[in-house]
Amino acid sequence: MLYAIFCYNPEDVVGAWTKEEDDAVMERLGKVQDKLREQGRLGPVARLLPTTAATTLRKGRDEPIIIDGPFAETKEQLLGFYIIECASLEEAIDTAKDLAVANPGTGSYEIRPVSIFRPGVDLT
Amino acid sequence: MSEGCWIDAALTAARPQAVGALLRYFRNLDIAEEAFQEACLRALKNWQTNGPPRDPTAWLIFVGRNSAIDGVRRQAKQQPLPPEELLSDLGDRETAIAEKIDNSDYRDDILRLLFICCHPDLPATQQIPLALRIVSGLSVRQIARAFLVSESAMEQRITRAKSRIGSGDVPFETPGPVERSERLAVVAAMVYLIFNEGYSAGGHEQQARFPLCDEAIRLGRLLLRLFPAEPEIMGLTALLLLQSARSAARFDADGAVILLEDQDRRLWNSKMIAEGLALIDKAMRHRSPGPYQIQAAIAALHARAARAEDTDWTEIDLLYAALERLTPSPVVTLNRAVAVAKVKGPEAALALIEPLEERLSGYFHFFGVKGGLLMKVGRTKEAREAFNHAISLANTAAEAAHIRMHLDRLAEG
Repeated sequence: MLYAIFCYNPEDVVGAWTKEEDDAVMERLGKVQDKLREQGRLGPVARLLPTTAATTLRKGRDEPIIIDGPFAETKEQLLGFYIIECASLEEAIDTAKDLAVANPGTGSYEIRPVSIFRPGVDLT
Repeated sequence: MSEGCWIDAALTAARPQAVGALLRYFRNLDIAEEAFQEACLRALKNWQTNGPPRDPTAWLIFVGRNSAIDGVRRQAKQQPLPPEELLSDLGDRETAIAEKIDNSDYRDDILRLLFICCHPDLPATQQIPLALRIVSGLSVRQIARAFLVSESAMEQRITRAKSRIGSGDVPFETPGPVERSERLAVVAAMVYLIFNEGYSAGGHEQQARFPLCDEAIRLGRLLLRLFPAEPEIMGLTALLLLQSARSAARFDADGAVILLEDQDRRLWNSKMIAEGLALIDKAMRHRSPGPYQIQAAIAALHARAARAEDTDWTEIDLLYAALERLTPSPVVTLNRAVAVAKVKGPEAALALIEPLEERLSGYFHFFGVKGGLLMKVGRTKEAREAFNHAISLANTAAEAAHIRMHLDRLAEG
């Protein structure tokens, strides 16, 4: 079964990492991804720009409303996601735990089973 | 990131909100800063074992406030006149802080904290270190290194700045909309100054001073989170990101300046460019242009050109013309002349800058640009004079080295 793992973290905290810290976190997360790739379980991975770069389109009227900023004001922001093949919720939680070890401290991972998945074209 | 590094990042991130809130409660910068320090010490012990609290900032404000009240009470016992007013004022706030903290309070707290650093009595050389110390939480040593002065000299400068602003005339009332937007404009200008302190450094100094650029970007993003729909704040942050993105390509190995058109664009930071372009796109939708947005739009045109020869100089010329109308200044006209030279030729550009000479007689870049244009039209002797004049006005060794390169080329030709 496919799972999406959404990475939430206070973006002002992530923004306060030094470049060295950021690089070190990325390197450790890269190793977790390498392992998943070798197991044939790694789907698309994305790190998002800060929510200050986000725009929200609210539907429901004739002319949708365009709002500056993210969809929701939250303490922790959606900063990235993974799509991963997992045999069970247990395996998905173990994967999220590996990510948490690689990137300790603040933040949360939301683990959500995927309903429809279309990989699209390779954009890289 | 080693164990505990996340705590440092969390404390740094919480600082503007926490110190801003503590300043509102205590109405005294020193007490607010001490309270925050105390809270940080407790956080280091507590978070290590218990993990981060759900809301680190609220935790720090709560703990900082309590420890400072203890301090005030202890002092009050030793002093004949207890600051009764101060304590009772806090009592009213007690429930408010234990509850979820009001976002609009937060916004004004942070803005106030930045705004007091822009006190009109303070020269920029004091405003910037003060903001870096109080708002960003940089250590005196880090700031001293960025300003290339000794730690004790910087300590003195910051202490002097703090005593000059005092606490007497700090505006604590919740600002009205007009006042809020005035404060925002003053603060935005300071953030840009911080950036330029770092960005205008020469090649060899750049490494020491560059953290100022990162700090300014962080402050820009902070302002944008507080005021997510302000096109000028989007423009400012975009401008900082787009300029900063080029930093790895701006100097050669000897520390000499590499002009935009000669830079190796593969060295530009694509992530920063993406963020900058996203912000300027968002800003333009508001159809409410301002100086930061226009400068960011110019930087965006450079960033979008894969090669120097792909640059849309016609559009850049138009943008500089718009900037001239909004903020008339000989420096803007000088910058426009560079675009005019590309679109209409060096003669037209020379005609444009001729009337500026008197007002820019002490400005390095004027003579650099003038020399370059004269060289292009073959007026070699005058070009050499202009270049020599530029060298005498150079602010950094890197600038002088760059002009010398032109002189060498003239000598060869």
